Amino acid sequence: MATQVISANRLGDGLVVYMTDGSGWSERIADAHAVTDKEAGEAAMAAARAAEVARLVVEPYLIDIDESGGERRPTRYRELIRAKGPTVRPDIGKQAEL
Amino acid sequence: MPLIKSKQVVIDTWQHVDDEMALPADGGVIISLARWQAEQTVLVGRNAPLGIRLKSDEGVDTIINDLPRFGVVALEFPTFKDGRPYSTARLLRQRHHYTEELRAVGDILRDQVQFMRRCGFDAFEFADKTAAEKAIAAFDEIEAVYQTAADRRRSAAMIRNDTTNAFLNGTCG
Amino acid sequence: MYLYDAIDQSLVDQRVEQFHDQVRRRMAGELTEEQFKPLRLMNGLYLQLHAYMLRVAIPYGTMSSHQMRKLAHIARRYDKGYGHFTTRQNLQFNWPKLEEMPDILAELAEVQMHALQTSGNCIRNVTADQYAGAAADEVADPRITAEVVRQWSTLHPEFSFLPRKFKIAVTGSPRDRAAARVHDIGLIIKSDEAGAMGYQVIVGGGLGRTPMIGVTVHDFLPKRHLLSYIEAILRVYNQAGRRDNMYKARIKILVHALGAEEFIRRVNAEWEAIRDSAVDLPAGEHDRIAAFFAPPRFEPLAKHDALFARYRLEDREFAQWARTNVAPHKQPGYDIANISLKPEGGIPGDATAEQMNAVAAIAERFSFSEIRVTHEQNLVLPHVRQADLYDVWQTLRSHDLATPNLGLISDIIACPGMDYCSLANARSIPLAQDISKRFADLKQQHDIGELKVKISGCINACGHHHVGHIGLLGVDRKGEEYYQITLGGSADENTSLGEIIGPAVSYDNVVDAIETITTTYVGLRTDGESFLDTYRRVGKEPFKETLYAAH
Repeated sequence: MATQVISANRLGDGLVVYMTDGSGWSERIADAHAVTDKEAGEAAMAAARAAEVARLVVEPYLIDIDESGGERRPTRYRELIRAKGPTVRPDIGKQAEL
Repeated sequence: MPLIKSKQVVIDTWQHVDDEMALPADGGVIISLARWQAEQTVLVGRNAPLGIRLKSDEGVDTIINDLPRFGVVALEFPTFKDGRPYSTARLLRQRHHYTEELRAVGDILRDQVQFMRRCGFDAFEFADKTAAEKAIAAFDEIEAVYQTAADRRRSAAMIRNDTTNAFLNGTCG
Repeated sequence: MYLYDAIDQSLVDQRVEQFHDQVRRRMAGELTEEQFKPLRLMNGLYLQLHAYMLRVAIPYGTMSSHQMRKLAHIARRYDKGYGHFTTRQNLQFNWPKLEEMPDILAELAEVQMHALQTSGNCIRNVTADQYAGAAADEVADPRITAEVVRQWSTLHPEFSFLPRKFKIAVTGSPRDRAAARVHDIGLIIKSDEAGAMGYQVIVGGGLGRTPMIGVTVHDFLPKRHLLSYIEAILRVYNQAGRRDNMYKARIKILVHALGAEEFIRRVNAEWEAIRDSAVDLPAGEHDRIAAFFAPPRFEPLAKHDALFARYRLEDREFAQWARTNVAPHKQPGYDIANISLKPEGGIPGDATAEQMNAVAAIAERFSFSEIRVTHEQNLVLPHVRQADLYDVWQTLRSHDLATPNLGLISDIIACPGMDYCSLANARSIPLAQDISKRFADLKQQHDIGELKVKISGCINACGHHHVGHIGLLGVDRKGEEYYQITLGGSADENTSLGEIIGPAVSYDNVVDAIETITTTYVGLRTDGESFLDTYRRVGKEPFKETLYAAH
């Protein structure tokens, strides 16, 4: 199975966040808790759903990532755009803050 | 289930009777359209108040000939997104002059009761008492209306073109 | 323009309070996301790829300098300093916070604005011809009708949970600049032989997954019956429209399934029952609303201003802008100035807070403080004295707002696409940027002439690709962005839907493909023949040949 992390949008400001090891949430995908098998993925999703019930985030889901280049990148292009910001505005979004 | 009428939680004197259930010996019952169509003679002979429940795809035409027999018409919202009962309600009130209780049942949310009341509903069944109590405040969240509908509220246009100008004097009901 | 009275203001203020409470309940856990979502959507608040997105209603695309300044203020204070004007004449903010939403809506309410019904399965913000009240070819001002419909549709008790969203457009000119034939209802104001006003009513047009051109259900509906007639249409739709499949839920599918004749029969039967009821406006209300749209205090001027003529002779760049971006006005000595939001390599429809303030100031000084938003994602100064056009142009130019490309190949409609939108399958904006860069040579653009390119990042067709002379639809092919090309669409009075000309092309090949298409057109055209006319004459084959031979 591909390596996966959990992403969601934060309830209060809507920004893209990733679930970290301690079931916290970070704006940076580098901080995300990675899972590599189905059971770990399900356990992580259970924690994420609890965070949704606790009104921290909205609609969490698992995304595939690729760590082969040394840098952690989402596999799907849509997720890459979420992780960085609009491709047409390199001056805003996460890409501008990194 | 908790019922709101006239912005109060009231005791429901009617009983919903499922199609499989035997009719109780007395008291008002609300039955489905299918049961009404199948057991009309028995139901009329029962000599107790009768109410009917329409699914959202059962239009007003199915009952207009029998309308005087019903003390309640309950319109089902299978989900709050299904807006057909709003039209059914207005047709019952405004076209067929139905004056008895018009009840909203099913997926009823507080954020919709203002629309429902405007379309002629005067009874609202909620899943629990807390939800019902909280919904009461929602009836009056927005006072001004732009349309004439089944309630007696006067539209903005009517108020503007009436020299007594009730809204601006704060007497708009 | 229309100004709120105490009733209008109280409704918007109370609606802000109501939403404030809904946000509070969401943050407090009294509402789940599933329960909250329809509530926030009814206030124009989406959750998109990067953040929330707020769609602010600009009713029929009309606003004042005062309102534009407020939008600039909101962009700066609550967002990232810019906004995006949409194909429904609205404005979208891409980065607002849920927790600040009540403040933003309260700020909007201060200037008689709101975000009501910019989303959800209700009657959406009504659109109209952006040249309303100004166009030389106008029969009647569509804004009066649009405002009547706006009020009637606002928080409509019966029609707030329709099978699907419902869009109404109004035009008062024979030249259709409002895309009336591709709306759920299109209203075209006409005058009969006796001079009485009425509507041609078109129903069941639309784009999206199943594009259709609307059918005329009434040739001449007398003005006074407007609301009862559209209430009849909506009631038939609310009861009979499909609710089992969201892709088949628009009214166009119902009209198609019943057939126009049966649909009209049902509407007429319903209308007979309500046409003389209180649904229609009481006497006086139409006139009260119409009075707000009385012409501004125009000065009596000569039909052609000498100074304007002189500047055009002396300054070629100005002359070029005047040729493309200025349209004739009904009042002698005045013209309509279009502000292009499509600079070379820019993001179609985007404006910075600084640009918004600049437009507000220019409108205040030169256009009676009036601004319009077009469905082609540009802005309009509706009433400019010809003598002032040179000043207007110079000021616009200093804010990068004077690109002379209206209606040309770089005046592209593009939806936000996958750069912002959670529904998109592919990006739209960068293609628009690349096309405008490839055709940066204005001389070449002018030589190609009128050519409308419209780009959508998914089948929902927010970029109106079906009615682009050249349409591009983004599709996801195994994770790669591909684009289906359609040719021959048009949204004007001779509306047509574009035809797919062959297999989709990859992102990297789109701009070359566009150039192949324009080159083919230039080779085929007769004297003075536009792209669309040429396409309608020769059909898709010659384009298909050159395009797929080249790739």
